[in-house]
Amino acid sequence: MAETIATPGAHDDHGHEHHDEGWVKKYLFSTDHKIIAMQYMFTGMAMAVIGGFFAYAFRMQLAFPGMEVPLWGVVTSAEYNSLVTNHGTIMIFWVAMPVLIAAFGNYLIPLMCGVDDMVFPRLNRLSYQIFFVSAVVLIWSFFVEGGGFGGAWTAYPPLSAKAEYSLTPSGASLWLIAVALEFVAFLMGGINFVTTAMNSRAKGMGIYDIPMVVWMIVIASILFMASVGPLIAGAVMLFFDQQLGTAFFDPAQGGDPILWQHLFWFFGHPEVYVVLLPAMGIVADVICVMGRKKLFAYRTVLFTAIGTGVLSFTVWAHHQFIAGIDPRMAHVFTITTLLISIPIAEMCFCYIATLYGGSLTLNTPMLWALSFIATFLIGGVTGIFLGASGADIYFHDTYFVLAHFHYTFFPIAIIGTFAGFTFWFPKMFGRMMNETLGKIHFWGTIIPFNLIFLPLFVLGAAGQHRRIYNYDNFPELALPWMQDLRILATLSLIVMLGFQLVFFYNCYVSLRRGKKAPANPWNANTLEWLAPSPPPHGNFGDKLPEVYRGPYEYNHPDRSEDFWPQHVPN
Amino acid sequence: MIERYLEQASTFAPDIDAVILLIAVLVGFWFFLSEAVFFWLIFKFKKKDGVKGEYVSGEEKSQKRWITVPHLLVLVCDVFIIVGAVRVWHDVKQVLPEPQATVRVIGQQWAWTFIHPGPDGQIDTADDITLIDEMHVQEGVVYHYQLESKDVLHNFSVPVFRLKQDAIPGRTITGWFEATRTGEYDIQCAEICGIGHGIMGARIFIESKEDHAAWMNGHAKPTSVATAR
Repeated sequence: MAETIATPGAHDDHGHEHHDEGWVKKYLFSTDHKIIAMQYMFTGMAMAVIGGFFAYAFRMQLAFPGMEVPLWGVVTSAEYNSLVTNHGTIMIFWVAMPVLIAAFGNYLIPLMCGVDDMVFPRLNRLSYQIFFVSAVVLIWSFFVEGGGFGGAWTAYPPLSAKAEYSLTPSGASLWLIAVALEFVAFLMGGINFVTTAMNSRAKGMGIYDIPMVVWMIVIASILFMASVGPLIAGAVMLFFDQQLGTAFFDPAQGGDPILWQHLFWFFGHPEVYVVLLPAMGIVADVICVMGRKKLFAYRTVLFTAIGTGVLSFTVWAHHQFIAGIDPRMAHVFTITTLLISIPIAEMCFCYIATLYGGSLTLNTPMLWALSFIATFLIGGVTGIFLGASGADIYFHDTYFVLAHFHYTFFPIAIIGTFAGFTFWFPKMFGRMMNETLGKIHFWGTIIPFNLIFLPLFVLGAAGQHRRIYNYDNFPELALPWMQDLRILATLSLIVMLGFQLVFFYNCYVSLRRGKKAPANPWNANTLEWLAPSPPPHGNFGDKLPEVYRGPYEYNHPDRSEDFWPQHVPN
Repeated sequence: MIERYLEQASTFAPDIDAVILLIAVLVGFWFFLSEAVFFWLIFKFKKKDGVKGEYVSGEEKSQKRWITVPHLLVLVCDVFIIVGAVRVWHDVKQVLPEPQATVRVIGQQWAWTFIHPGPDGQIDTADDITLIDEMHVQEGVVYHYQLESKDVLHNFSVPVFRLKQDAIPGRTITGWFEATRTGEYDIQCAEICGIGHGIMGARIFIESKEDHAAWMNGHAKPTSVATAR
């Protein structure tokens, strides 16, 4: 049986368009989608270290108010605000976005669609370069006079618009420039992802033969591109308010601060799905391969993802129920918000149903993928409390909100990333990861994660407000049992951060001494496993693959093997 | 659920807690059911030597039923939640009962100013009682609050009332409450407002009719300013 078109390893020297390049040209200024993916991946991981360190610093202040935090010092209230603001900003815009969309999108779309590169490789390179500059600008903003911006990642004016209120004259503007640059970078990336996946696929790959992770990244990119315009406009207006004295958001001169909230959340809510969908796509691919199972109701999953995306444009004002909008608006947005639970629930049901009748291998990528579903469900159901206007009156701005969105973003950005990273590691680097270390890292992350955020649900239900650097000032929030829970959350965070060292160590030893990975170590169907591990520049050699069937034909009754790769004629 | 942590001190606090309980019961049911099925499937279909997986497309009607039926039931639950939430919201935020008294609440970096009516029962008169970080109300009286801000966004939050409302510079937002028990409770700013956000707390004193009158008489002067801290 013709198992492969290109024999693994036969195309290492594949020299038709590139010769012996220097290290700089090969790794820093490459237009190869895989190198750009790695640039996004490692930049994102480096930013995650910064974001995690910030979390450590402010959680220490919350557990032990006023202490000299090791590696930081005393956390002042200004520093506290800046830490929480930039923790949120970094984790969403410089970790979740680059890793989930840009890194996995760049790496997987050409490989899974069976082509040699992105449609616009130079635009792709420019996208990363702008992204890199945006990260530098953000880090720069921490060191200017007045310190980093501390007006929360939502940057509501007038606090964010005037230095006399925020007390961060340069930090606020640099923060805004960084965010705007980051959006420009992802617009370019999005153009590439959508164009490549829609117009440049292997011969024979119909739209229902596209692996779910590619679909999800495409839908997410479309959502991003459709929603980010208003926010870029808003960012320019806010920058003008800060630096040129305009008054778009200043009520004293006829502006309106609520306008910003609409522009921000019109983007901000779809943004949740922009990062959620790629993670769900990764999980779909991992559970199908490791469960040896066809994805349950592929088309239903696809259409619910599209439906979720469309609906996500109609729910933004649920962030603003008590912000002073017309109270009648809350009814509309409560209904749309609760309706969005329908497609998302349906997607989760399909994933759970996929397990039925499978043959599940519980290795590290599968554990991550399964834990994504288990924990994301908590994030999903707690969102209902917040989308329901009557209940949100109480929960607004409490740690219940915080715990809720960490139960969505953590599964997305951390668990989803680890699922994808451990799953595609053999393809990316040509080596197998160490399973024992992988499992230690998994349990060392997932248990403390729950011990951080389950207590925060309780604190939120008890009324604990967000963005307060010391609860001693509020008698109802300064109770001893509450402080105990804060300490529990902080200690769990430290344990979890500590276990990330196991991950980095695992990467190190696996890259150095890991077992050489074959082209298709998991016996998976999709096209990236046809290319050698790691794939050379050009991916598949001289002959691009053809596709004969869908991506999830596992345990097909007509076939003796339990998998049926997309490129095998029959 | 919430009343385990915080007393219910307004007429609408029990309604809000009830809607939270309704949601907790409904989503709790779905959550535990989903997780139970999920873990059961993991243990049941863990890889065993010699046992092949099944081929289920999920596209056939008989298979899709396993998704569509739960999905319709979720929709029914959503309708219950929407109705509950909308009714409470309507009563708390949308329709204001006739006021028996009015107080003005002004947020600024980083303190609350409360302008109470004096013995004449009106604000914006000579006998107003203006206090910083200290609010006095009478039990069983329907108050309207007029919420304003002098600089940035703040949020007037009285957790025992289950009351939250953003204060916006340039606007006066009117809302209402009626306290149902006496006592001294927290007022917290629930919208980040700068480096002093963490100290922007105040206290509300809910008094019986007699105590409230006594407090009012103690502030006979037109503008006596007390500092809470």
